[in-house]
Amino acid sequence: MANHQHAAPAPVGGSLVNIVTLSCGVLIALMAAILMVRFLFGLGAVTALNDGYPWGIWIAVDVVIGSAFACGGFSVAMLVYIFNKGEYHPLVRPALLASLFGYTLAGAGVMFDLGRWWNVWNMFWPGSINPNSVMFEVAVCISLYIVVMWIEFSPVVMEQFGKRDMKKKVSKAMFFIIALGTVLPMMHQSSLGTLLVVMGGQVHPLWQTPALPLLYLLSAIFMGYAVVLFESCLTSTAYRRKIETQMLTPMAKIMLGILAVFIVVRLGDVIVRGALPKAFVPSVEALMFWLEMACFIAPLILIGAEANRRNPAKLFLAGVLLMLGGALMRLSGFLIGYETGGDFNYFPTLAEVLVTAGMFAAEVLGYIIITRRFPVLPREEAIH
Amino acid sequence: MGTRRDFLKGVLASGAAATAGAVAVPAAARETRSRPPEALGLLYDGTLCVGCKACVAACKEANNNPAEFSTVDHLWDTPLDTSGYTFNLIKMYRNGTMDAKDQETNGYAFMKTSCMHCADPSCVSACPVSAMTKDPETGVVGYNPDKCIGCRYCVAACPFGIPKYQYDSPTGRIGKCELCRHRHKDGHYSACAEVCPTGATLFGRTEDLLAEAKRRIAMKPGELNRFPRGRLRPAQEKMLQGQPDGKGERKRKGWRHEPDQSYETPAGKYLQHVYGEKEYGGTQVLKLSGVNFEKLGMPNLPPDAAAAMSETIQHNLYGNLIMPFAVLGAMTWVAKRNVKPEDESSDKEGS
Repeated sequence: MANHQHAAPAPVGGSLVNIVTLSCGVLIALMAAILMVRFLFGLGAVTALNDGYPWGIWIAVDVVIGSAFACGGFSVAMLVYIFNKGEYHPLVRPALLASLFGYTLAGAGVMFDLGRWWNVWNMFWPGSINPNSVMFEVAVCISLYIVVMWIEFSPVVMEQFGKRDMKKKVSKAMFFIIALGTVLPMMHQSSLGTLLVVMGGQVHPLWQTPALPLLYLLSAIFMGYAVVLFESCLTSTAYRRKIETQMLTPMAKIMLGILAVFIVVRLGDVIVRGALPKAFVPSVEALMFWLEMACFIAPLILIGAEANRRNPAKLFLAGVLLMLGGALMRLSGFLIGYETGGDFNYFPTLAEVLVTAGMFAAEVLGYIIITRRFPVLPREEAIH
Repeated sequence: MGTRRDFLKGVLASGAAATAGAVAVPAAARETRSRPPEALGLLYDGTLCVGCKACVAACKEANNNPAEFSTVDHLWDTPLDTSGYTFNLIKMYRNGTMDAKDQETNGYAFMKTSCMHCADPSCVSACPVSAMTKDPETGVVGYNPDKCIGCRYCVAACPFGIPKYQYDSPTGRIGKCELCRHRHKDGHYSACAEVCPTGATLFGRTEDLLAEAKRRIAMKPGELNRFPRGRLRPAQEKMLQGQPDGKGERKRKGWRHEPDQSYETPAGKYLQHVYGEKEYGGTQVLKLSGVNFEKLGMPNLPPDAAAAMSETIQHNLYGNLIMPFAVLGAMTWVAKRNVKPEDESSDKEGS
């Protein structure tokens, strides 16, 4: 690591009141109002949930997709600390921060969706837990991971408030926290896929497979890198900073490598199980499958060549496509390709969409406040 | 320098750990479970059902459930499907002119919708907090609202669409048939079977019910046969009851005494399929019909339960936490080498 000299992280500074933060505030206020109705009158009062679709976008989008979007911290930490690629070090803090918010809010989002939330302690109570349950594994791992990430991020807060001794103590144990921070996401990101297995034939054959844990894990890793591409480009533009292509270009290559493995597993699994003909039946499911595949294959063409990987616009687009592809695979498995029989329909209500929007707004607002006030992004002379 | 070498070491170490973890855990498949020997259940015979819905009303009363209305006048309990407040329902199949009962074209048929009490239930496997449990003796799949967190994974997991949630309540519960287990201690059995006037719903040990179902599908259609009503008493139990000491199976089991209610009627035209005998490893509620089960809303299920596959994956990856700890060990070792305390000071020197 000593080989790499990076600009130390520093607060970006600047005003916290602008059009973006104000819009986020409005969305968060709307969410709070809707949640009040939900907790007073039940899930049916604000959602379109029903017994054919007991899980809506609060689970499929906020938790399943949201936590995969929050894999940047995990993916970059793997690169820097496990594969010792110190040159990516400046990406660690911003990625970790985004993950921290993504996961913390996914955890909070689960609480909004739980019909009997006051019993949630049973999830950790030895007399109640069910180790056979995939959801038990997911819940425990995610909860632990949120704590681990806050510890990983704590030096940033300590730096800001000048608690040097405290920071020293924490940094001594940091290697173990970082190791935990790579194992826990591997466990629950794969298990988020395994959640579908017990639903059996109710999940369309294009998305129901014993390979689900591997597919969800691999896609979470490349989605992590995709999110870093997305965030880096966006932050650079918003804060008018130099785009870190010297880091993003080689990272994109690693991302494409994992993506290639994923595509082989994804297609191989569909073919081996004999589910491929289902992709040629005219149906919404087949359309969703090809949309998803297009999002996975397009980045290979778009930034397959080294020269194209130096182009920030193409990197950004590839990142967005991969985030979308991974999101589509999850949305199809949990909602579009889920069919329980009977005349059930589900389309999210405006209130559900607003709560999801409020969650993402809370993430953006938190990211802005922390990067402006805490040492997260590398120091740079602002071009204001 | 050294970066590439460390990179390779990292790859090798984590790869080796993952392999070691995978090898240490024997790749044992969790077989689909079968019914406990004393499993209790129901036999629903669609050919005997007259669609009177006495069972629907009795179920509501036994479970203290409110009426649900689907008509404008709100006069009668008219649920259109099972719900958080309706655990049992008789559904009707109609086709064309509806000339004859139990006939697929231009006919009609009835089907009971309620919990099948699977031998290897998806809902029990799915539930993270053991609010959904299977009684090891009776096999009844019961629900405990005091543990339930309302995640509705059971609702999503059940292939029969049985556990239902009360979306209209801020403290909504899961609602499903528990085979009237709360009435068993008083000697009562499932209310739906108790009130069924034709014996279309019969209560008993699943093993006895399966034998009875096989007896029925072997009958010649139209031939006069004897059909029991209420609770199916196995031949052995009758024998014990007849013994001079007056103590027999009836007392041991604790069911209330009732007179023999069997009657003679012509046998229906059965499909040669006892639904629930093999589906998902078998269910404790069995069904007979004259019309294709899928047309009546009963899904076509494989003999292996999805719960078995789910738990096989879960335990091969996380059994005794061997694999997670192996990977964690490797990651800690690698991270210890790569995360240097002076990391921070080098940051300070930079820029």
